[in-house]
Amino acid sequence: MTFNILSILPILVLAGFGMLVLVVDVMSARKLGEKNLLAYLSLAGIVIAAIVSRNSTATTLFSFNETFTIDNYALFFNILFLLSTGLVILISHSYIKREDINHGEYYALLMFSTIGMMLMASGADLLNIFIGLEVMSISIYILTGFKRSKLISNEASLKYFLLGAFATGFLLYGISLVYGTTGTIDLRQIASFVAGKGGVKDPLLLMGMGLIIVGLGFKVASVPFHAWVPDVYEGAPTAVTAFMSVGPKAAAFAAFMRIFLTAFGSSHYEWQKAIWILAVLTMTVGNVVAISQTNIKRMLAYSSIAHAGYLLVALVAANNMGVSGTLFYLLAYIFMNIGAFAIVIVLSQKGDVGMNIDDYAGLGFKHPMLAIAMTLFMFSMAGIPPMAGFVGKFYIFSAAIKSGYVGLAIIGVINSVISVYYYLRITVIMYMKEPVRDFHPLTISPLIVVAIAIAVVGTLHLGIFPSKVMEIAQRSILTLR
Amino acid sequence: MNKELFIFIIIASVKVLLVFGAVQFMVIAMIWLERKIMAHMQVRLGPMRVGPHGLLQPIADGIKLLFKEDIIPQKASKFLFILAPIMTVVPALVTFAVIPFGDTITIFGRSIDLVITDINVGFLYVFAVSSLGIYGIVMAGWASNNKYSLLGGIRSSAQMISYELTLGLSLIGVVMLTGSLSLVDVVNEQSTLWNIVMQPLGFFIYAASAIAEVNRCPFDLPEAETELVAGYHTEYSSMKFATFFMAEYANMISVSAIAVTFFLGGWQGPFLPPVVWFMIKLSACLFFFIWIRSTYPRLRYDQLMYFGWKFLLPLSLLNILITGLIMVIKG
Amino acid sequence: MESYLFYIVGTIAVLAAVYLIFERNPVFCALYLIQTMVCIAVLYILLEAQFIAAVQMIVYAGAIMVLFLFVIMLLNIKGDEESKRSFPFRKIPAILMGIGLLTVICIILKSKLLQGKQDVYTVAHIESLGNTQLIGNLLFTDYLLPFEITSILLFVAAIGAIMLAKRKL
Repeated sequence: MTFNILSILPILVLAGFGMLVLVVDVMSARKLGEKNLLAYLSLAGIVIAAIVSRNSTATTLFSFNETFTIDNYALFFNILFLLSTGLVILISHSYIKREDINHGEYYALLMFSTIGMMLMASGADLLNIFIGLEVMSISIYILTGFKRSKLISNEASLKYFLLGAFATGFLLYGISLVYGTTGTIDLRQIASFVAGKGGVKDPLLLMGMGLIIVGLGFKVASVPFHAWVPDVYEGAPTAVTAFMSVGPKAAAFAAFMRIFLTAFGSSHYEWQKAIWILAVLTMTVGNVVAISQTNIKRMLAYSSIAHAGYLLVALVAANNMGVSGTLFYLLAYIFMNIGAFAIVIVLSQKGDVGMNIDDYAGLGFKHPMLAIAMTLFMFSMAGIPPMAGFVGKFYIFSAAIKSGYVGLAIIGVINSVISVYYYLRITVIMYMKEPVRDFHPLTISPLIVVAIAIAVVGTLHLGIFPSKVMEIAQRSILTLR
Repeated sequence: MNKELFIFIIIASVKVLLVFGAVQFMVIAMIWLERKIMAHMQVRLGPMRVGPHGLLQPIADGIKLLFKEDIIPQKASKFLFILAPIMTVVPALVTFAVIPFGDTITIFGRSIDLVITDINVGFLYVFAVSSLGIYGIVMAGWASNNKYSLLGGIRSSAQMISYELTLGLSLIGVVMLTGSLSLVDVVNEQSTLWNIVMQPLGFFIYAASAIAEVNRCPFDLPEAETELVAGYHTEYSSMKFATFFMAEYANMISVSAIAVTFFLGGWQGPFLPPVVWFMIKLSACLFFFIWIRSTYPRLRYDQLMYFGWKFLLPLSLLNILITGLIMVIKG
Repeated sequence: MESYLFYIVGTIAVLAAVYLIFERNPVFCALYLIQTMVCIAVLYILLEAQFIAAVQMIVYAGAIMVLFLFVIMLLNIKGDEESKRSFPFRKIPAILMGIGLLTVICIILKSKLLQGKQDVYTVAHIESLGNTQLIGNLLFTDYLLPFEITSILLFVAAIGAIMLAKRKL
């Protein structure tokens, strides 16, 4: 099957709806001041894309001359991306109206970005993965600067763009070196080349591999390449921050695992050392710096760095449990992180005022439901049972021990303990301090309530009944190597 | 050195000298013709004093410019100031390297193509070279250290980039019909039917953007004397000034030659020898340039950009779409 | 003949790149960059990749660099005033890393490790089909999906340009 157009049907649906949203936006600019229609239209696009995307496939299919894969791994990530984009659309709707950035381009860019992510997860050669990454990144650069009148948003966008372009350069250079040594960009052919040589001995290939780690390490926000994260997360519109803390990270991990397990799987000793260092640095720096943050968005930024560190631990382990644990963790992370950002959106006011952690004082008395939900998300991120975050961390650390990385697992656990401090601090402030601010008006719309409800249910469900999802995750990774 | 290579070099040098000599001569002729034709269109006589009907006027002008003082402004960037006129004139001349001006002829039993070189990406070569022509003007504008020059330079860079896009796209239709990027193939394809019949829209778009690309009236914004004194060549004098004019006319001749090659059948034509046909068509195109200049007023800058981006660009895309559709339908 | 040309053009390209780094006037920097681009286009021609060479000239030397110059002239940046104030030691690690990279590349070239597999695209094969035709065939068969997705990429970029720069939405 060379040109199976049905294989990229979810991508086509998203692209079609993205363009439709743009057209409807232009046509209805004067009539529909509220533009509720656009949010519903894009949600419909996400749902249809999820419907047409198959749930599972018995055999791995290749289409477009074997440059595009459909295996359970890609399908799992497709659903994951669609879920994150759908949740982000739910939480954005009232937010972008409040911030006066209610343009159709917002939804269109979210959907185009999702297309890029899907391509990254299903690309069977480095070219597809690279183009997917570019589509995703450029959309997010623009979304970051969406609050055009705010200097901080512009600055964040420019910073992200410049550093991102630089990281893309590294990635591309790495790809070109890999191509130069192996003569192919097809992942499976690279794999057979590497296996034929008995591992990566070539300094050139090693350098290429290292540069690919740098490029993707930037996208997952791992530590030596994390400098952009706090500023960009703080400057971007909050809903976009929620989006970029889950979607691109998941997509970058999807590409990371596909490249390193499929193409360089037979020589994991070479790259594990590098990623070991990255993982330790990422966890430690993320957690330690998060402690001293006073702005909730910056705190969540460092927490997202720390979570990238945990996920890298799974990549170091590189066994089935670790990889399926990564998939599980990414899913859990979507629920808890988007949930937390939804509450941040609800509690902030026009112009993103009310982003300090102290502003949450007394929330437990004024809005008990919101406080409970926030507590839930924080507990989950800290890894306290019975939340999803605990199960995810459990899988990842036990995978590390199984592969013989006991030291790494211990460092990870210590880091989890550190993280409990700053996650619990928010809970403490919410329940044990007198309110210092008036919580009105709240930006509550039915859609955002739905998003928070989904996030709460997801966090709890994955925490209490993880086995079903874990089974799917385990089935999904079988085709990876 | 073997004999074949030696002969090849001789033939190539002769062709290069012949073509460039012809272009230089045409530039001089054009200056005279433009003044005369415009004068007659405006019911004047034009230059009459030097030679019969002012025929020697360009030579007199040349001598005058040659003996004028060559001024380089004190605060100008000297190197770029000198380099700029060269940078404008070289790309204009180099374009002719791929334009076929006649059929293959046989001299002393050796067949010679009447084209300096036939490369398989000739179409792209033309654009690669012409896109370098912008730098001369931009550099002239910047190096003069004069705000009118700078504005002229900036205007021209924006204008030429905008119209290069439509210029290229307008020819894509022809390339699609021919199935080759070689200019010789394009001409051979038109032995029965000129491409202007198949691509009337393409020709219109090409004509409009070509005029803009060589900064001729009504698109001569970079040197709009009412606003910018003389645009990018305000500070230039003597032969450097003349070089800019030479480049402008050489550019006109080169875009006309491309129009002839792509749309008007190249050297193809009955009865007369191919080279003569080529010259006749070229002259018609050049006359068209002069005619336009004496007919239309200059556009405003926003009108120029609007016309380029919002009218010509969609139109050229439409042209490609229609061409493709018809090609698919006809199989 | 061709190897002489390669060395001449290559030297010019490297020299222009070195000048590009050490030149303080941004306009000259841009001009040196253009020179490097043109030299690279010539190197492509020497490698029998005429199509890429032409595209390199049109896109990089012709379009992108003109915009560079355009912006530099509009902003009227005068010299490199920033470097006097900034971190003085930033040059040393940069130079060290550059030397390191050069050493690695030299070692690799010396040890003849560049041995990627010889594909069907030999010079003779390319000549028989034509450069442009070959690239077109590849783009519309093997690499159709990335090629088409690139249109989305460009579309997104166009949206971004309008979104971030248009005065009134």
